[in-house]
Amino acid sequence: MSPLRRRLLFGVPLAVAAAGGAAMYTLLGRMRRGQYNPEAFPSPLLGKPVPVFSLPGTGGLPGFANTDLVNMATPVLVNWFSSWCAVCPQEAPQLAELAAKGVPIWGIDYEDTPAALAQFLSLYGTPYTRIGNDKSGLTAVNWGVYGVPETFLIDKTGIVRWHFAGALTDNLVQKQIEPLLERYA
Amino acid sequence: MIPELGHFALALAVALAVTQAVVGLIGPLLRDPRALAAAPLLAVSQFAAAACAFGALVWAGVVSDFTVKNIADFSSSKVPLFYRISGVWGNHDGSILLWCLILSLCGLAVAVAGGNLPASLRARVLGVLGLVSAGFLLFTLTVSNPFTRIWPPPQNGMGINPVLQDPGLAFHPPMLYIGYVGFSVAFAFAIAALLEGRVDAAFGRWVRPWALISWCFLTGGIALGSLWSYYTLGWGGYWFWDPVENASLLPWLTGTALLHCAIVVEKREALKAWTVLFAIATFSLSLTGTFLVRSGILNSVHSFAASPNQGLFILALLGITIGGSLLLFAIRAPVLAAAGIYAPLSRESALVLNNVFLGACTAVVFTGTLYPPLLNVFTGVQISVGAPFFNETVIPLSVPIILTMGAGPLLAWKRAALAPVLRRLALAGAAALLLLIAMTANTNLITALGLAGGAWVIVSALTDLATRAGITRVSPGAAFARLLKLPRAQVGAALGHLGFGVTVLGIAGMTLASQSVVVLSPGQSVKVGGYNWQLESITAAPGPDYTQHIATLHVDGLVLHPSRRFFSAQKVITSDAAIHTNGFVNLYAVFAGEPNGHAELRLDVHPLAPEIWLGGLIMALGGFFSLSDRRLRVGAPARRRS
Repeated sequence: MSPLRRRLLFGVPLAVAAAGGAAMYTLLGRMRRGQYNPEAFPSPLLGKPVPVFSLPGTGGLPGFANTDLVNMATPVLVNWFSSWCAVCPQEAPQLAELAAKGVPIWGIDYEDTPAALAQFLSLYGTPYTRIGNDKSGLTAVNWGVYGVPETFLIDKTGIVRWHFAGALTDNLVQKQIEPLLERYA
Repeated sequence: MIPELGHFALALAVALAVTQAVVGLIGPLLRDPRALAAAPLLAVSQFAAAACAFGALVWAGVVSDFTVKNIADFSSSKVPLFYRISGVWGNHDGSILLWCLILSLCGLAVAVAGGNLPASLRARVLGVLGLVSAGFLLFTLTVSNPFTRIWPPPQNGMGINPVLQDPGLAFHPPMLYIGYVGFSVAFAFAIAALLEGRVDAAFGRWVRPWALISWCFLTGGIALGSLWSYYTLGWGGYWFWDPVENASLLPWLTGTALLHCAIVVEKREALKAWTVLFAIATFSLSLTGTFLVRSGILNSVHSFAASPNQGLFILALLGITIGGSLLLFAIRAPVLAAAGIYAPLSRESALVLNNVFLGACTAVVFTGTLYPPLLNVFTGVQISVGAPFFNETVIPLSVPIILTMGAGPLLAWKRAALAPVLRRLALAGAAALLLLIAMTANTNLITALGLAGGAWVIVSALTDLATRAGITRVSPGAAFARLLKLPRAQVGAALGHLGFGVTVLGIAGMTLASQSVVVLSPGQSVKVGGYNWQLESITAAPGPDYTQHIATLHVDGLVLHPSRRFFSAQKVITSDAAIHTNGFVNLYAVFAGEPNGHAELRLDVHPLAPEIWLGGLIMALGGFFSLSDRRLRVGAPARRRS
């Protein structure tokens, strides 16, 4: 190896570190300006129609497909859940409250068995008017679901308007979901 | 009063660290013997000042002095004494002070134990350590001061985060920090050697014990953190590829590579530039890990309240430390020439392969960890990289590491003959192959490969020891006597490899875990993973700052007590897993919830799970055993090698 090439090669670690440092500096700047929040889980579906899917029903309720989500009378909440999910029961009161107010909540049961689902629904109630069965988990991949529970707000024309990964809270329902339901009513 | 003294001691430590840096780095240039002699004294005084500062904060925690904001925010008078002390480093400001204390402890260690080093080298090492210390102490003093007061003081503190109220987590951060920060010594040696313009066998001999002791603590710290998440988080997982976990794994990977290539520098005066680069990289990755955690740039379950301003300060420190050292490397390292030459099949080549694969592993984990923020820089898009990526990339890379690991120690230096090595590896190969065939029939290929890989490493490490003891040449009794007389460094290295093999077995075994979530009412039973689990009762019991519900489970004659704790101060519920182990299988029960008076339980059977941490323990103990070798001991004169 020529001495010059050897010198250049030994400068590579410095160049890599400098590039990394510049990138981190940019990110810190964006964090300060509020343009970057590592805690947020934005959905790539926001502002777009839901992906093509068709799920059979389960838990004694009908399933649904992407074609059912267009031309709706009101916006719909699509709630991903599963009986094995430890966090899902936490949002049962919020979902029940929304359902009592007449908000249609369509569930998608993620990688679950009918028996376990039946037990889950008997324990925590059924806020859903439809439940799709995503037994294989493939629809979840297309939706970009990080993990259950996860909730999407779909407007009357089938466009995803809002998304949250994690259990819903009273605060989220009052500050975010209810205003959006009114706006897209 | 005491917190003010601590605050003052912290300011004094900054001043002493700056002086230590100036005297240590300028002294050797002036060839001033007074400056060379002053550097160790400054390091000792800096440690004394940092220890006073830390002691003052611990004191404030012990007496529950709620005028100190740090104590008011993270402790309360109801918290037991043990956690009032460990809580001091369970939060951002306190933990960075602990970080600084350990850094100054490293300076103290070099000052005290480095008597046999050339005076100018010792001054330079202490100068580099002083410079790093000065930066982080200044950070603590100015933007992350744990002694900030509040007035009026609250009646009681906010209380410690319940998840941190656990003995495992009291010891995990100090151990991890000793590991992280300990690599600063290897780093300082590398910088000092570049400044002196000399990297030789002596450098390898000096740097190795420091790297090894840090490596042992880092191994222990990572294992402890993993064990803690296994039994407290209640997911039954032991490694989540969380960015903060990755930040501790990265220096472990490069530190392991450093340990191996420093051997080559010591024995054969080759791989010098690699060794220097790995020494710089290991401490740089430790620093980067600290930065990533503090700045909040990465999304992680390890929630430290993040602040971009503090992030900017640390980024500047990183720029000076890492940028400066890599610049020095780029200027000085190209002239380092290898003295020893070796054949493609030799111990040296095996160690080069080790470096290449560990380096590749580091690159992959680094990429996966930093890909989400970096993608955001260039495209503004936000994504997350999870466990599937790491499993898909790290598992294939570990195959060549495991293969090399078995064969490497059996190869001779300079030039090895293939036939005798293959003969010695026959036993390990046969064991691995048998296990592979037997397990592929019963389980999936990945599990079978993992179990075979673990067996390969374990049997070849044992073969290595047996061969060195001369088991084929002398009687078993004589061989055992020879085994006890083997150099401890060799036994330690074999133990280190053996421990890794045991961990691999554990990881492979865990892929066969059976899991289920069930809802039972008292008296009901269920069959999970071949065991019959019966819920006997749910009882309530008070605790110091929580109330708890305990479930009593009977599992084939064993009794398990998983519990749920309600911390009223923080309105938090934690689940304590109940684990029964026989050394090879863990029964794992979590009391997840109480819907309508029933018990929601997570019941798992984890085969070979204990081996994951047993392997970590063996690795760390192997390292410590190796450290007790006379040839490696710091301060002991080097014996002539025969």
